[in-house]
Amino acid sequence: MTDTLNAKNHSIEKYLRQDRMPHIWCSGCGIGPAVSCFLRAIDRAEIDPNKIALVSGIGCTGRVAGYVKLDSFHTTHGRAIPFATGLKLAKPELKAVVFSGDGDLVAIGGNHLIHAARRNIDMTVICVNNFNYGMTGGQVGPTSPLEARTTTTPYGNFEPPFNLPYLASASGASYVARWTVLHLRELERAITEAMIKPGFSFIDVIAPCPPIYGRMNKMPLPMDSMHYYQEKTIIRHGADPKEADITLNGPILAGTFVDIERPTFQDQLNHISSKVNAQV
Amino acid sequence: MNGDSACAEGAISAGCRFFAGYPITPASELAERMSERLPQVGGVCIQMEDELASMAAVLGASWAGLKAMTATSGPGFSLMMENLGLGVMLETPCVLVNIQRAGPSTGLPTMTGQGDMMQARWGSHGSYEIIALAPISPQDIFDLTILAFNLSEKYRVPVLIMADEVVGHMSEKVTMPTIAAKDLVERRRPKVKPGKYLPYKPDADLVPPMAVAGEGYHFHVTGLTHDERGYPVMTVEAHDRLVRRLVDKIRLNRHDIIKYKEFQVEDADIIVCAYGISVRIAQLAVRMAREEGIRAGLLQLITIWPFAEQRIRELSLQAKAFVVPEINYGQIVLEVERCAGDRARAILVPHMGGSVHSPQTILEAIREATQ
Amino acid sequence: MTLWRQPFDAAEKATKPGQIHIDKERCKGCDFCVDFCPTEALRMSVELSSKGYNFAVVDDESKCLACGFCELICPEFAITVSIPLDNNVA
Ligand code: SF4
Ligand code: SF4
Ligand code: SF4
Repeated sequence: MTDTLNAKNHSIEKYLRQDRMPHIWCSGCGIGPAVSCFLRAIDRAEIDPNKIALVSGIGCTGRVAGYVKLDSFHTTHGRAIPFATGLKLAKPELKAVVFSGDGDLVAIGGNHLIHAARRNIDMTVICVNNFNYGMTGGQVGPTSPLEARTTTTPYGNFEPPFNLPYLASASGASYVARWTVLHLRELERAITEAMIKPGFSFIDVIAPCPPIYGRMNKMPLPMDSMHYYQEKTIIRHGADPKEADITLNGPILAGTFVDIERPTFQDQLNHISSKVNAQV
Repeated sequence: MNGDSACAEGAISAGCRFFAGYPITPASELAERMSERLPQVGGVCIQMEDELASMAAVLGASWAGLKAMTATSGPGFSLMMENLGLGVMLETPCVLVNIQRAGPSTGLPTMTGQGDMMQARWGSHGSYEIIALAPISPQDIFDLTILAFNLSEKYRVPVLIMADEVVGHMSEKVTMPTIAAKDLVERRRPKVKPGKYLPYKPDADLVPPMAVAGEGYHFHVTGLTHDERGYPVMTVEAHDRLVRRLVDKIRLNRHDIIKYKEFQVEDADIIVCAYGISVRIAQLAVRMAREEGIRAGLLQLITIWPFAEQRIRELSLQAKAFVVPEINYGQIVLEVERCAGDRARAILVPHMGGSVHSPQTILEAIREATQ
Repeated sequence: MTLWRQPFDAAEKATKPGQIHIDKERCKGCDFCVDFCPTEALRMSVELSSKGYNFAVVDDESKCLACGFCELICPEFAITVSIPLDNNVA
């Protein structure tokens, strides 16, 4: 038989908690591919996996922390970012990665998101954005497009959603990108770049939630969402994130929108500390 | 030095190197002191966007291996209850200082109160045990802050310092000895290699050794009910095992944790049971009562939670009554009543907040108790 | 694929067929791998797995380019693509 590359060296299996598989996610859920991209990005970015601290909040995406073989923290609803802030500031050699969903990061945790971006805390936030609260049965979320049907907007959503790339960049993030879980090579590269980038990086990952959001919005099959991404994604690197609004089943602007240099919180802190200690 | 600053100094002496907080009267001076002092000792002080974030950041810092603290007052204390529960569940050493003011709600922001004592015990949802200490002076808050860090590292539980506005703002002489390393407790680290480590496998005292992030242990921790591996397990049995241990690690070690002081209780048949700033007023009242020939004594609760049940039971055999002055409308008195049973009466001396009792009101209650 | 001329480094650059391993018990039949495989090397099974899903199977491994996309897109981490180390590609 021909020799094969050892699957363990070659794939992401080594970063998965095998004793916790299979996971709880539904068939065709977009969280899995996003996790694969992240796990591959670890090697691609040449980050020591011992130094990664992965923090999740609550919700379907919040379960990511439980499946990766890294130091991983499944925290409270919305508080993954401040928890990760504490980890990172207390031990700067750590690579802080927050993996959570749109409801967790942007509704209940929205305040923390904008402030971490403003401070330019060195962390990577991967937001799996599926336009609703999947785990609790499909309620309207902060990114649900206008007119979307959810269990709490039976007549269609009338609240304007957040445009996440715009929100993150306006708050001061150093790196902002958006991809769908069909654009996996791009997503893997974006997560790699984001993890290498000093400062606050944010990736909006558009992902299907077929049995809940999809079913209520005429995309009941996993493939429906993927075909939608295939047809409606417009890739424009450097585009103004202001234009990244998403309408119901409308075009999805994707690409790297922000990639700038800005002093991180740690840089400023080191600067102050060395000044203080020079005086003492 | 004022109490807030003494608390900050106590924390630094105890080895605290991380502070996250949010401005609130009357605890702001503590954050201000930390922002000045921590950079001098290589620590990190960050003002977060709210108290939810402050408490979360403190937990994160503790899991990265630093001794961490936050400080707040009533309204912020309410917000911190969320992640206090996570701290209990993940068994995260940390210290939370509450410089109490008078509530409910915004209440009297600049004026004293002791109305958060039951919130300290039960404020976060679910069944758990917590440790809470009540300082009576700037010197005391310095000493108790060191004790708080030691207890939190030893038992892997958040420890609350339940001070109040008067203690926080009063200025008194504080002696700050250098604390020897042998007097500081550090959390137990795992003795096994990564791969063999079970994050929630307890030692004999029911406390599990704690790994920190970045050392290759690849541990998982979750606020969900979990087993010894730290993995979520959604069963009645796993929940029973976990909650029992979280509670029992404090209950079964209560003799090591509980501290109190007594003044003239040997022959007392009226015992004033006080905590925090009220202790100092009660001392005066007891002296006045003694001058009147009443056999009064004072029990000062240093540890509020876990409650000094056994001592109060014992004292209820000799005393006719307990007099309990509180700057609230009756919280700790309920505990005293429970422990005293029908052996001794428990008489509340309430004060709704904004100032301290006058010794006279406590004295009157002592007199009444002799009837 | 027919080319109008043979690239000079064709032998070096020739894609080697991958070997696809699909864990049928992990597969939940979403169809992603089958639909997005650029060479249609995979198909869905007719029979059901023990969990009641139609699962992905290799239809024609010789078509596989080892691009790895199926491994990346599988929400269940059910697919592993490995590349034979043997350089003598048939
Ligand atoms: S409910 Fe939606 S988001 Fe949650 S696991 Fe299922 S598909 Fe994924
Ligand atoms: S590796 Fe690429 S070519 Fe081979 S089966 Fe998978 S998707 Fe198809
Ligand atoms: S992508 Fe994975 S889960 Fe979906 S059909 Fe293929 S093997 Fe099955």
